[in-house]
Amino acid sequence: MSSVLINAEDMDAIALGGAFLGTGGGGDPYIGKLMAQQAIREHGPVTVISPMDVADDALCVPVAMMGAPTVMLEKLPRGDEALEALRQLERFLGKKADALICIEAGGLNSTIPFAVAAATGLPLIDGDGMGRAFPELQMVSLTMHGIKATPLVLADEKGNTSILNTVSNLWTERLARAQTVQMGGAALIASYPMTGAQMKVGLLHDTLSLIKGVGETIKSERDAKRHPGDVLTRRFDGRKLFTGRVTDIERATTGGFARGKAIFKGVDAYAGRTFSIDFQNEFLVAKDGEGRLLATTPDLICALDADGGLPVTTEQLRFGLAVSFIGLPANPQWRTPAGLDLVGPKYFGYDHPFTPVEALHP
Amino acid sequence: MYRLGIDVGGTNTDAVVMQGSTVLAGVKASTTEDVTSGVIEALEGAIEKAGIDRSKISNVMIGTTHFTNAVIERKHLNPVAAIRLGLPATACLPPMVDWPEDLREAVGYNGYLVRGGYEFDGNPIAPLDEAEIERIAGDINAKGMKAVAITSVFGPINRAMEERAKAIIEARCDLPVTLSSDIGRIGLLERESAAIMNASLLSLSTRTVDAFAKALKDAGLSCPFYITQNDGTLMGAETVKAFPVLTFASGPTNSMRGAAFLTGVKEAIVVDIGGTTSDVGALHLGFPRQAATVVDIGGVRTNFRMPDVFSIGLGGGSLVRTAPSGKVTVGPQSVGYRITKEAMVFGGETLTATDIAVALGKADVGDASRVANVDRALVEAALAEIVRLLETSVERSRISPDLIPVIAVGGGSILMPDKLGDLTVIRPENFAVANAVGAAIAQISGEVDRVYALENGLTREICLKQAEEEATGKAIAAGAVLETIQVLEREDVPLAYLPGNATRIHVKVVGEMGGTHV
Repeated sequence: MSSVLINAEDMDAIALGGAFLGTGGGGDPYIGKLMAQQAIREHGPVTVISPMDVADDALCVPVAMMGAPTVMLEKLPRGDEALEALRQLERFLGKKADALICIEAGGLNSTIPFAVAAATGLPLIDGDGMGRAFPELQMVSLTMHGIKATPLVLADEKGNTSILNTVSNLWTERLARAQTVQMGGAALIASYPMTGAQMKVGLLHDTLSLIKGVGETIKSERDAKRHPGDVLTRRFDGRKLFTGRVTDIERATTGGFARGKAIFKGVDAYAGRTFSIDFQNEFLVAKDGEGRLLATTPDLICALDADGGLPVTTEQLRFGLAVSFIGLPANPQWRTPAGLDLVGPKYFGYDHPFTPVEALHP
Repeated sequence: MYRLGIDVGGTNTDAVVMQGSTVLAGVKASTTEDVTSGVIEALEGAIEKAGIDRSKISNVMIGTTHFTNAVIERKHLNPVAAIRLGLPATACLPPMVDWPEDLREAVGYNGYLVRGGYEFDGNPIAPLDEAEIERIAGDINAKGMKAVAITSVFGPINRAMEERAKAIIEARCDLPVTLSSDIGRIGLLERESAAIMNASLLSLSTRTVDAFAKALKDAGLSCPFYITQNDGTLMGAETVKAFPVLTFASGPTNSMRGAAFLTGVKEAIVVDIGGTTSDVGALHLGFPRQAATVVDIGGVRTNFRMPDVFSIGLGGGSLVRTAPSGKVTVGPQSVGYRITKEAMVFGGETLTATDIAVALGKADVGDASRVANVDRALVEAALAEIVRLLETSVERSRISPDLIPVIAVGGGSILMPDKLGDLTVIRPENFAVANAVGAAIAQISGEVDRVYALENGLTREICLKQAEEEATGKAIAAGAVLETIQVLEREDVPLAYLPGNATRIHVKVVGEMGGTHV
């Protein structure tokens, strides 16, 4: 058995790493971090277990926040919504959960499952469904492995709960999204109930350890007065895309998402060039001024403040801000035809085919 | 007509008299315990040196670090009732949850959660629990708290419940009340923390602003006076009594704005070299570039607009030492305010950065003969280290490869060489009192930050225009001249993941103060 105890202090690194792999989206994990730290101080540390150590017949349940992270930064949760969603799901299934799952190792959702794990005493499985952040509920490796998102329970702070049973994970996204809006823009969910055997195949393994390591690296590099970009790029066999200052940012709300484009003027080694980044909540496509592709979804486009080295979200991008962009290879599952169907350039409306970031920068 | 700018720092109180864009006189004095006498000494000195008729002073602008220092040092803070309207939401993280323990203690750690607050679209989460507010009022009186901070979820979208709660409190308690919607933007914990810090400073702010007023009255100045806020713009003195928190970080802002004004340069790197540290930041369009991420004040996370300034441990009093390896280091340790006793040129025995500048003939302070025999190789190595430290920090703040100048201000700027890499260094006249100059030339602003629903024919362009007009109205109400209004910031951020086309618009305009623009 390999398991790790996560205490309140460890949550700083997890939140930092989660913000980095959030690829600009998923919201700032700060609120989730505070919730987890409070729950850990009250109930004790969280046990994170290896996916391979979970029994095949164990019931494993992801808990997450759905909706607008901006709303969550203002209307903080009551605190037990996710637990309530989990309890309702257990009642519906007639079975208790044996372990919890993090659906998204990026943004706010990288920290929220720790709060629920501390409160319930359930172990949290070292893995997630994305290896990063993506904007929609069905965009998880679990979908590729035929694991259903429903039954899914949504819960709000007022005490409303709702159980969905749908014909596909895409339908779950549509219906749950509509209810989330009625619940005030953010809701907590328990979804994708699965067996240990399904989890071992469907989940991306060891990604919670990964974000913790990333967070520790960002902190130690900053403490040593070094920009963390270099070390992180090497570690993931990624590529530096560019460092630039925002000269223009264009945003539009279409289809219920923050879509937009930011234009950058290169600085340092990139002086004299221009660059652009497209985003739909998360950063999707990076190009240079001549239209050459630098990195594309589902590869990760991660942003760090060029001066301070802290992760930057799409909502923090603003005129004059200097940002370093790094492209990291996505988990191999996202680069398969099934993965690209879910989160490839075409799904997001682009004409260009997927090209791995390492092929774009040989 | 003349303008009087005053900077009240922790150690020094500086004053300048300006006419149009000319600094007629600048004077440094010591900050005093009562504030008043230090201000009087500085301003009388400046008026005398300028040789002007004080009845022709049209405005007085004051910059102060008093309120920031009070929070950092946990001194002079009131016990506060921190009331949050938001139940059943928000219960997971009560007020002050992420504050350092000693600061929580200093403000009494009285948090109350009450049913109420709004959704992002301005509809109530729950009706306001007025009976609970009445009960809290009784508790406040029983426990002898001195101020109240009220924060509603999405208060910046709809402030009706904050105002209603305030009315209930004021009918039962004779205490000042801070509303979060008057202070901050979206981000509950940051805005609430700012409101609580603000309430905790209300006694100090009243005393301090009254001390300023008394100093000006005693000096025979009857003109209006203003105080600078964190982004380099001005607030009326009465506003500062109510919102002291808005002066946080005005110190670096004033020195950077002062540097811009003294040189006429709008794009530059400013290095403010003091006795122990140097603050380095960038000017863009004549304003300090703002910090990207949240800023920590006294251990509390805030979302104030602050200049993106970072400090390095290099100043006039920095210790110059040789490590066992033979490497010469400068700072970060410093003799600080003891420089006038301990530095070699002042008769002491400690080799400081100032001694190096004197030994090189770059500065004429103290007794140069006392450093004439310092090893030349050591002097050269120390100079190289000083230049390296300055170059590295300037490079970090540099906005573009364009050859923008470096402006050196502050008492320690004798350490600055004439060129840093490929950048030219400008050392303006009156560099030592740049902070007071920054205060004297501050502008008036108006700001709007709110979520709009782009529905029923309401377009993004219409909303931006409305926001701009509202911000302009606020600036004019605060004393700005319409013809000088400029938009400083204009941004819209759609609320991610949300249909319904909700968008958050932030507009800030600035303009010159009435009667003072040139």
